[in-house]
Amino acid sequence: MSAISPPLNAHAAPALQAPPHLKSATQEPAWVRYTLIGTALVFLTIFLFLPLASVFTEALRKGWQAYIEAIAEPDAISAIWLTLTAAVIAVPLNLVFGVAAAWTIAKFDFRGKNILLTLIDLPFSVSPVISGLIYVLVFGLQGWFGEWLRDHDWKVIFAVPGIVLATIFVTFPFVARELIPLMQAQGNEQEEAARVLGASGWQTFWKVTLPNVKWALLYGVILCNARAMGEFGAVSVVSGHIRGQTNTLPLHIEILYNEYQMAAAFAVASLLASLALVTLVLKYLVERQVAKEIAQAQADVH
Amino acid sequence: MIFSRTLLRQRSVLPGFDLALGFTIFYLSLLVLIPLSAAFIKTASMTWPAFVEAVASPRVVASYKLTFGSSLLAAVINAVFGLLVAWVLVRYEFFGKRIVDALVDLPFALPTAVAGITLTGLYATNGWIGQYLDLVGIKVSFTPLGVFIAMTFIGLPFVVRTVQPILEDLAKELEEASATLGATRLQTFHRVILPILTPALLTGFALAFARALGEYGSIIFIAGNMPMVSEITPLLIITKLEQYDYAGATAIAVVMLVMSFILLLTINLLQAWTRKRQGK
Repeated sequence: MSAISPPLNAHAAPALQAPPHLKSATQEPAWVRYTLIGTALVFLTIFLFLPLASVFTEALRKGWQAYIEAIAEPDAISAIWLTLTAAVIAVPLNLVFGVAAAWTIAKFDFRGKNILLTLIDLPFSVSPVISGLIYVLVFGLQGWFGEWLRDHDWKVIFAVPGIVLATIFVTFPFVARELIPLMQAQGNEQEEAARVLGASGWQTFWKVTLPNVKWALLYGVILCNARAMGEFGAVSVVSGHIRGQTNTLPLHIEILYNEYQMAAAFAVASLLASLALVTLVLKYLVERQVAKEIAQAQADVH
Repeated sequence: MIFSRTLLRQRSVLPGFDLALGFTIFYLSLLVLIPLSAAFIKTASMTWPAFVEAVASPRVVASYKLTFGSSLLAAVINAVFGLLVAWVLVRYEFFGKRIVDALVDLPFALPTAVAGITLTGLYATNGWIGQYLDLVGIKVSFTPLGVFIAMTFIGLPFVVRTVQPILEDLAKELEEASATLGATRLQTFHRVILPILTPALLTGFALAFARALGEYGSIIFIAGNMPMVSEITPLLIITKLEQYDYAGATAIAVVMLVMSFILLLTINLLQAWTRKRQGK
C-alpha cells in the first residue's frame, strides 16, 4: 500500500486530541456514561451472572463427594450416554444437510430460493413442545405409522429413535445458517477457476470450498451440538421418561429436581452449564475468525 | 437433471445443483415438512365445535393471555435493556468488557432445564434474589411473575445481537453533522441514531417475542403451573398429551404454529427492511 493512500478505516486513524476543556460533540458526559454502564451491568448481573454463579454454588453445596456421586450414579451415566448418542447422530446429519443446503443456496441462482431459506429456518420458530408432538403424530401408537411399527416390533416414540428425531428437528438450521452468509459473500470465482483448471466437482468441493468455510462450519457444529445436548421440551415429549433408558441429561435434571434432590440436580446441571461455557469460549474464538473471513471475502470481491 | 432445467435462472459451471437441492428438499420434507403437516392434517379431521372447544376453553384462553402477555412484556424489557447493553458494549470501554460481551450469549448456550431450576432457586423466598424481594412482599417463583422472569432470561441475547452490528457500522459523521447543526446529544440519539437502529431493534424484539411464546423448559420449573393462573400454553399441550387427548393437544399446537408463522413472516420482512436501510 502506498504511503499517500487514505487509511481503509477512517475510525482507526489516530484522532486529534481535543483540548481537555472542550467537550467532545459525539461523546456523552462522564456521568451519563457511568450511569449507562452501571445500569447495563446491574441488569446483566441479575439476569446472567447471578444465575451462572448459582448453578455452581448449588452444585457444590453438599461438597465434592456428593457432587461426584451425583454424576457417577448409574442413571446419570446412562443419561450422559444417551445425550451423547443423540448428539453424535443428530449433529453429523444436520452437518451434511447444512453443507448441501448452503451449496444449493449460496452457489446457484434459482427460483424458490427465498421460500427454501424460510423453510430451513422454520424449526427455530416452532415451540420445542410442538417439535416433539409432531413426531408423536407420525410415529406414536395412534399416529400414521403407529400400527405398522408395532407389528414390526419397532419403537420410535418413548425410545431412542424418537429422541434422536426430536433432536435433529430442533437443531436443524444451525449449520446451514452459518454457512450460507459466508458462502454467499465468498462468491463462485474460486470454484469456477478450479473447474476451468480441470478439477472434478468433488475435488472442487473438498479442496476449494471446504477449506474456505471450515471455521463457519465449526461454528455451526458448536452451536448445533450445544442445543442438541441441552434440548429439553421436544425430547421430553417423545422420551417417556424411562429412567436409565430414555432419559437424557436435561430430563434427568428434571427428575432429580422433582424428587427434591436439589444438590444432585444442580450437580448434573453444572455439567451442562460447563458445556455452555465451553461453547461460549469456542464460539467467541471461532466467531472472530469467521468475521475476519467474511470481511476478507467482501474485500476480495470489491 | 429436472431441477437444473426447470429452476435454475442462470446456467452454472459448478456441478451438484440437482444432487444438493434434491437432498436438501428430501431431508427437509422428511424431517420437518411432513411431520409438521401431520399437525394440520390431524386438526383437519376434527369437527369445528370440537376444535373450538379444544382451543377456546377458559383454561386454554387463560394460558394464551399469560403466554402472550408475559412474552410481550419480556420482549419490551429486552428491547429496552438490550439496546442499552448493545450501546454500552459498542460505545464504551470498561473492565471485563470482552467477557461480558461473550457471556451475553449464555441464554442461547445454557440448556433450558438448567436455566429453569437455577432461576427458580434464585427467586425462591430463600434464594439470593428472592429473599430480598420477599421483604417487600414480591413473590416470583411459582407465580406468573416467574414466567416473565424466565422469558426475559431466554430472550436476552436477541436484541443485543441484532442491534450491536448496526451500531458498530454507524458512521460517526452522522453524529458529528448532527452536533454541528446544533443538536444536543439527546436530540442526536433520538433523531439520528434511534431511527437507524429501529429496524434491527424491532427484529430483535420480534425474535425475543417469538422465542418466549414457544418456550417451555425454563418456565415450567419457575411457574408453579397452576391452571388459570400460571399455566403456559406449551404446558397445556403436554398436559393434553398425557391425558391421551391427541386431537386437543394438536389443535392448540396448530393455533401456536399459525402464530409462529405470522411472526416468522414479520421477522423476515423486518430483516429485509434492515438490509435495505443498510444499503446491502
